[in-house]
This record gives sequence, structure tokens and C-alpha cells, in this order.
Amino acid sequence: MITRGFSGKSTDNNLINPIPPGQHVVEGFPVLTAGPTPRVETEDWKFTLKVGPKPLKVWSWQDFQALPQTKMTRDHCVTSWSKLGTAWEGVLIDDILADAGIAPPSEFLLAHSFDGYSTNVPLADMVLGKAMVAMKFNGEPLPRDHGGPARLFVPHLYFWKSAKWVNGLQFTNRDEPGFWELRGYHIYGDPWKEQRYSHD
Amino acid sequence: MIEISSVWRTVSITAVHRQTRTIKSFFLALSEPFLHVAGQFIDVRLTAPNGYQAVRSYSIASAPSINGILEIAIDKLESGEVSSFFHDVAQVGDLIEIRGPLGGHFTLEADVIGPVLLVGGGSGTVPLMAMVRQRVAVGRDQAIGLLVSARTWDDVVFRDELVSIEKTTSDFTLTLTLTRSTAGELEYFNRRIDAAMVKVALDRLKIFPEHVYVCGSNHFVNSAVEHLLESDVSSSSIRTERFGG
Repeated sequence: MITRGFSGKSTDNNLINPIPPGQHVVEGFPVLTAGPTPRVETEDWKFTLKVGPKPLKVWSWQDFQALPQTKMTRDHCVTSWSKLGTAWEGVLIDDILADAGIAPPSEFLLAHSFDGYSTNVPLADMVLGKAMVAMKFNGEPLPRDHGGPARLFVPHLYFWKSAKWVNGLQFTNRDEPGFWELRGYHIYGDPWKEQRYSHD
Repeated sequence: MIEISSVWRTVSITAVHRQTRTIKSFFLALSEPFLHVAGQFIDVRLTAPNGYQAVRSYSIASAPSINGILEIAIDKLESGEVSSFFHDVAQVGDLIEIRGPLGGHFTLEADVIGPVLLVGGGSGTVPLMAMVRQRVAVGRDQAIGLLVSARTWDDVVFRDELVSIEKTTSDFTLTLTLTRSTAGELEYFNRRIDAAMVKVALDRLKIFPEHVYVCGSNHFVNSAVEHLLESDVSSSSIRTERFGG
């Protein structure tokens, strides 16, 4: 349905990079956070890899800096927002799994955060260079408001999948919905298919 | 679990009210009424003749009701293509597309009992207004406090209604701070939100809140939450909704 008197901003029709339907470009970061912003110092920071309830390996901040560091420049989306050409740096999920020395025991992962929130991402969307635990943004330490000191970064899915203040990954037997997914957000979250909400 | 709907539907604008210098309320008539939960929002979709679409989320200001009229309040943002459309173009009788209700976290269900503190910065007061109106409509003895930060007396969204509710409802307390003004009619603060102000809002509530809702710019929410935590409000009782970069 055409809206009477609406033409849109002309710049939005002339983007160099494609953005998914229903998205638009913003300069700053939009925010999707359910509660208080946690304060996590790097000396207290830990990252735990679990299989079900069982911890498999725990890394300190120092341990994490010693893992291979990778840069990614991707577009990403959060609900109806997009941000183009941002540069992220951190540790690929591939390198975390390699350092733990395990073969993935299931096809599903649940990412956990310091503030108790969680989000589910299939293993296939996390490996082969598709996702990382990001610790830098445009060369600077990741600001606390945007998930610092470290957040998950899964640029091909909606941004709530890129869990802020991430502190671990857990292999689950089935695709377990996380915090936002239990509250009506889509179980997978493909921005190109506009999978924002459960029934999309 | 809260039900949400992601089906697009066409609604008509039945009334437009100016609330403040930058905020207008739009009343939308639903052909099939739905019952939202206070705090939820809707997505609004505008379509240009060339097919370009813009989608934005706006909080619902009206209390849940089956009367089929939904009130949203929209802050005019500089270079905001959708908010500019609403402020400068939209008229009574225009049709727009919406989907909702949406949002399953920043919500206060009508059957939740216990004291509640709401903290809003600027247009962040909009979803909190639905919560205030709901509690007034339900009419049980449930303490509810609202702490609002606005630039000036004339920037307090829903000001006259809030002042009137405070006069007529003993369970409702309004604490106001104006960050860029000294004019006004009530006792209020003239500074940015701080711990002392949060303490006054908590004291006025008389009973310590079980649920705290904070909405506003990211900067405002971070500041408000910090002062709530300093005032011994537990992190797990605080729900936030943020906008802006």
C-alpha cells in the first residue's frame, strides 16, 4: 500500500552496499538490551565453552588475546536498523573450537552473557569464518554500551544474535531458544528474509 | 508468555494531538481490535510510490483496551524520514500499515501486583504512560511511581494528564526533573537525574519497588540505572528500553 505523501529519503535509494528489505542505515549503534549494562573488567573476564552443563574449557582475557586475532568488515543489522562497513576484530569461533581441541558434539550453540541473557545460533552459522568473539571495533576496545569488553559477532544474522558481554558458548542437543527468542523474536533471525519475529 | 503479532494491517489515523514542541500523539483505529500489554510497541511501515519502504518501532501510549483505538506518540527527529512524515504530512483519515503488538520484555501485565517504579527520559515516557494509565484503569491499590526527566515544563509529555492523575490517585506519585528550565508549577528538580532524586522517587513510593522500568536514550538509561543500583534496587528487577545511538 503506497502511503499518501511519503517519498522516503533519497539517499536511502542510492546505497553503495545492499541492505536487506525493511532496513535502513544509521550512523550510531542502536541498542537492544533488556536490563542494566553490566560492568565487566577484563581481569574478571572469563569465557567458558560447555557441552550441555559440563564446562570443557575456560579462557581468561589474557588467554584470549593469545588466540589468533581476525578482522572482519561486514554489514550487520539489528531489528530494523543497519550499519554499513564496520570493522570488527576478535577471535573466530573456529579458532576457539580449535584451541579447545574438540569436534563439535552437536549442531546447536547457545551463547551466554555476563548479564544472564542468552541467544541461540546454529553451529553452521558460527564456523568457517562466519562469526567471532569481537573485542575491538574500528581499532578501539569495544565500548561497554556496545557489549564490551567482548561480544559475539554474527554479522549475517540480526544483531540481537550478536550477544553483548558474551561469556560463553554452550553446545545443546537441540535448537534451544534464548532470551529474546523466548520473547517473540525469530528463532533464526535472517535479515534477508525479515525474520524478526516468531511468525515471520 | 506474551503473545505478539507480526501480521501487517492497515489502520486509519482518527486524531492527531500535539503533546509538546516535538511530540505528537496519533490515534489509530484498528479494524480488528487487539489487546496489547502495557509497554509493548508497534512497527509502522510507510511505502513510497517507487516501492521504497521505511519501518520504525513506536511505543503504545494507550492502556490496553478493546475499544480498537491505539495511541502512539512520536518524537520528531531531525532528518527522521518517518517521524517527519508523521509530523509534517500525516492527517486524520490517512491510512498507514502497522504490525503488532510487539515486544515481550519491557511489559507490565495488568495482573502484576506490587509496587512499581517507572523512570522515563523525554519521549521514553511514552511506554510508561501505558503502564500508568493501565494501573489507573484497573484501580486497585497498587503503588506506582513515575520519575520523568524532561528539558522544560513544556517538554513533559502527557504533563497535564500526569499532574491530574497525581491529584486524583493516591497510589500514583510523580517526580519531575527539568534539565533546562526553572519555570513550572510543581515542586521539581532542575538537574540531570541523580541518586538523591532517585531516592526521593523511591521514598514517595513508600514501599520498595518490585519492578522498575527505565526508558529513554541509551545515555539516560545508563545513568538512571546506575543511580537505581546505588539506591539498592537490584539489577534483576530493572527492565530497560533504550533508543538512539
